[in-house]
Order: sequence, then structure tokens, then C-alpha cells
Amino acid sequence: MSTTNPLARIGYAVALPLVLFTLWWVASAGSESFFWPPLSDILAAFPDTWFGERITTDVLPSIARLLIGYLLALALGVALGIPIGLYRRVRAFAEPTLEFFRAIPPPVLVPVIALFAGYTGSTSKIVTIVIGCLWPILLNTVEGVRAVDEVLVDTAKVYHLSTRSTLVHVVLRGASPQIAAGARQALSIGVILMVISELFGANRGLGASIVQFQRSFAIPEMWTGIIVLGLLGVLLSVIFRLVETRALAWYRGVRDANRGA
Amino acid sequence: MTETTPETRAQRRANDVVLDVRGLQKTYTGQGRSVEAIRDLTFSVPRGQLLCIVGPSGAGKTTLLRCIAGLLDVTEGEIVLDGQTVTEPPRGMAVVFQEYGRSLFPWMTVRQNVERPLIERGVPKEDRNQIVSEALDAVGLADSGDAHPWQLSGGMQQRVAIARAVAYEPQVLIMDEPFAAVDAQTRAELEDLVRALWKRLGVTVLFVTHDIDESVYLGERILVLSNRPTVILEDVEVDLPAERDQLETRSAPRFAELRGHVYELIQRAKEGHRPDHAPAGY
Ligand SMILES: Nc1ncnc2c1ncn2[C@@H]1O[C@H](COP(=O)(O)OP(=O)(O)OP(=O)(O)O)[C@@H](O)[C@H]1O
Ligand SMILES: [Mg+2]
Repeated sequence: MSTTNPLARIGYAVALPLVLFTLWWVASAGSESFFWPPLSDILAAFPDTWFGERITTDVLPSIARLLIGYLLALALGVALGIPIGLYRRVRAFAEPTLEFFRAIPPPVLVPVIALFAGYTGSTSKIVTIVIGCLWPILLNTVEGVRAVDEVLVDTAKVYHLSTRSTLVHVVLRGASPQIAAGARQALSIGVILMVISELFGANRGLGASIVQFQRSFAIPEMWTGIIVLGLLGVLLSVIFRLVETRALAWYRGVRDANRGA
Repeated sequence: MTETTPETRAQRRANDVVLDVRGLQKTYTGQGRSVEAIRDLTFSVPRGQLLCIVGPSGAGKTTLLRCIAGLLDVTEGEIVLDGQTVTEPPRGMAVVFQEYGRSLFPWMTVRQNVERPLIERGVPKEDRNQIVSEALDAVGLADSGDAHPWQLSGGMQQRVAIARAVAYEPQVLIMDEPFAAVDAQTRAELEDLVRALWKRLGVTVLFVTHDIDESVYLGERILVLSNRPTVILEDVEVDLPAERDQLETRSAPRFAELRGHVYELIQRAKEGHRPDHAPAGY
């Protein structure tokens, strides 16, 4: 899409949501179904449900756990991925194990982690998010590091870049497009795990609230929770894209230049 | 700089060898097959010489340069730079890679690319700014400092790589087919630039090219390599006047002679001709 006008771009971005929203409104208007309340009822329930104390007792703690877990996974994934990507020996040593752990779906780990870290505290939930987000970041970092152009690495050697500079200015920057791809995958996994990690035991949190609404047949409230989750996903993805746009401007430039050639 | 006659230059250099390649042999191994790229190379380069290396494609020119730059382990033999055996990239050596485009950091601006090696060497900020500006000026890129490499044409990228090498103020400058991607006009300009920088900095230059005219025009000496596995076919001295000029030099009878001679050698190399047995030098 070659639209450069920001207003036009925002227009494009919100057009489809508006259409869907309208469709939902029209289709659900006057609905008698218990499980499909009219959208107007759902919106009416929204302020009381989320703008009260729930925002501090449930929403913000959930988001905080998500961010802490996600950032920890990012730091850990990149820190482990670089040596694994750089050294063939380390790779041969670590890769089979990584493949094994990667094959385990993270939700399965929730009860196991909770056994050790407790059902109610934040620790088990954060650990769950870290473990789930770690794999895409780690594996993409490994691939990204391996794919750094060897001519660049030779250049760094010839001009005697220090180890630190080589890591920061060559390896990390060179791998950053791939790291970003992994980080993006990890973000959606993180949101899913934020919810799932709150489902076991008696809990508070955004995910736990939604489930409790459902169990207590507070259906419009349940729907508001789902909308909040969706909005959270959009918000995170917008922030992610802002960071990515700044950090990877060069990458898009290279790609466009190659395409134009 | 005062002009010295070829004789005194040659004498001064005879005692001052900067690079010594002794019995170099390089065989690539891996994936169950081995390629003998270099059979046996022995030559030495006096300090401050501009040496051109020509040979058929695939002869092992890049291999030779990578060994000298300490980026590749030699299989047999030894490379000695300033009395020290090369086992890793030596300090004071700059390389312009054949894949010039891939050797520039795409996330850095042109200026940052040229500046990075200087930062690593601990050159103070003000000096750095000046050196970088001069280097970019010398290659005609004074206005492109804030651009990123991918915003430049191939020829401009090549000049950035040259500027980076020059700004590094090396003792030995290695260039691997640095002008392969530029048009004839720019090429002539860059050739004169290399000559000018070489004279000004007194640096030793190893210049690989597949362009015979270029090797005669630029070099004081030409190493003609055989095809793979490589040996030296002939070590040609270029006895043209030190002052070179695109029009005058290229139309000189001696230029034509040398050019014809090297051309013939390369032709024979391509046909697979090799010296009877392979000791280097004549
Ligand atoms: N990493 C490698 N592994 C195996 N063989 C290699 C490797 N690099 C080069 N070779 C082989 O060694 C020989 C010499 O290669 P080299 O790149 O040094 O030639 P060159 O003279 O620089 O050629 P050109 O003029 O095309 O750049 C070639 O036959 C090539 O196939
Ligand atoms: Mg080559």
C-alpha cells in the first residue's frame, strides 16, 4: 500500500473494525438470546465492569505480569540465542534439547509450574509467560545470528572491532529483523498465556475475571472482557510496530532498494 | 612529497620488505570434497609498492588476499607481514572486499561506516570528524555522509568502502576487484584516486583486478597468476613513468607492449598453460 497520508492510513485501518462493529450492533439488536446479548447491553455494562476498582485489582496486574514476562523472555532469548547462533559447538550441544522443549505446548506447563511456584502468586504466571515467549525469540535469534552476512563479520575482524562492538553493532543489529519476527510471535503467545495462567486456582486478573463472569452467567460482562482483551492486543501491537519501525528502518530500506533494483 | 627516481626507490625498497609470502598453499576442504585453490606462491612485496595481481576467474586471487588478511588459515607455507607471521587480521591493514556492497553496515550511515574503525582505534572525536570528512571528500562523497549505503548506487558504495579503508590510514591496503561495478568514467577517476592516495600516503597496495589495462595503468608490478591450482605465471615489472595519465599513459607504446604481454599470459593461463615446474618469480 503506497498511501503516505497518515489520515488516509488511519482511515484504512479503522474502516473494517467500524464495519464489523456496525454489523454486530445491527445483528445483535433486540436479541433475546442469553448468550448473545445486544451490543448495546454489552457497552452499557462496560464502564461499571472495567472503570471501577477492577482496573487496579485485575487489569493492571495482568498487564504488568505480561510485560515483565515478555521482557524477561526477550532478554533471555536474545542472550541465549547469540552464543548458540555464533558457535557451532554450542549449537550442536543445545539444539536437540531446545527442539524437545519447544515441542511442549506452553499451556501444558501451567499446572506444573504452579505446583512449584504456587497457584495464586504472580511468580508462576510470569514464569509461564516467560517460558512460552522464550522459544520463538530464542530460535529466531539463533537463526538471525547465523544469517548475519559473513562479509560483515570479516569486515569487523579486519577493522578490529572489539568483541563488544562486534556483538552490538554487527551481530545484534544484523540479527534484529529476525529477532523482531520472533518477538512479534511471542507477543501474541504472551497474551494467550497471560489469560491461561490465570485460569487455575482462585485468581484475580483480566483472564480470571472473564472466566468468572462466564461461570456466574454475567454474559454481557464476559463480552466486555473479551473486548478489553482485543483492545489490549491491538494496543500492544501498535506499540510494537512503533518500536520496530524506528529500529528497523534500515531493513525496510535495504528491502525496498533490492526490490527496486 | 618529492619525486624520487625509480632506481633509488627500488634500492630503498629492496631492503625493506613489508610482506613475504612463502610457499603458500591453500586447499579448501569440507563436505567431503577438497579444492586445491593455491598450489604454491612465493613472492615478497617491498614497502610502498603498488602491486597488481591478475589471473583468470577462479584462480584464487580472493583466496590469496583472504590469507594475507588473516581471514583464512593457510594449508601450507607462511605469510609474514612486518616480520610477523599472519595468523589473524593484522593491525594496520585495510581491505576493500570484492563484495563491497555486503561489506558496508546497512544500519549505519556512510559517515558512521567510515568512522567505526576509527572509534575502535580510539581516535579522538574531533580528529575523527576531520579524517572522515577528508576521506569522503577524497572519493567525492562529501555530500552523502548522512545517507545509508543502500540509498547509494553500486559505484558510490564502492567509494564508501574505499573511503573507509583510506580513513583507516593503513600500512597495507588490499583491494579485491574494487572497480568491478562502476562505469568506465568513474572507474578512470577511481584509478587516479588510488594512485594519488597511494603516492600521498606511502601505503603498500595489493590490487586485484581482472582488467589487464587497469593492472598496467595502476601497477608498478604485476603478478600474473595461473589458473587453479595457482602458481605465479610471471612477475612483470611495469617500467612506465611514475606520473600516469589516463590519455597519455594509455597511448604510450610501452603501455601497449606491457598490455599485450600480460594479455598473452592471461590467454595462456586460461588455456591451462603452467610453468614447467612451479617455482615462483623470474
Ligand atoms: N569456501 C570455499 N570452499 C571451497 N572452495 C572454494 C571456497 N572459496 C573459493 N573456493 C574455490 O577456490 C577457487 C579460487 O576461488 P577465488 O574466489 O579465490 O578465485 P578468484 O581468483 O578470486 O576468482 P574471481 O576472479 O572470480 O573473483 C575457486 O575454484 C573456488 O571455487
Ligand atoms: Mg575473487
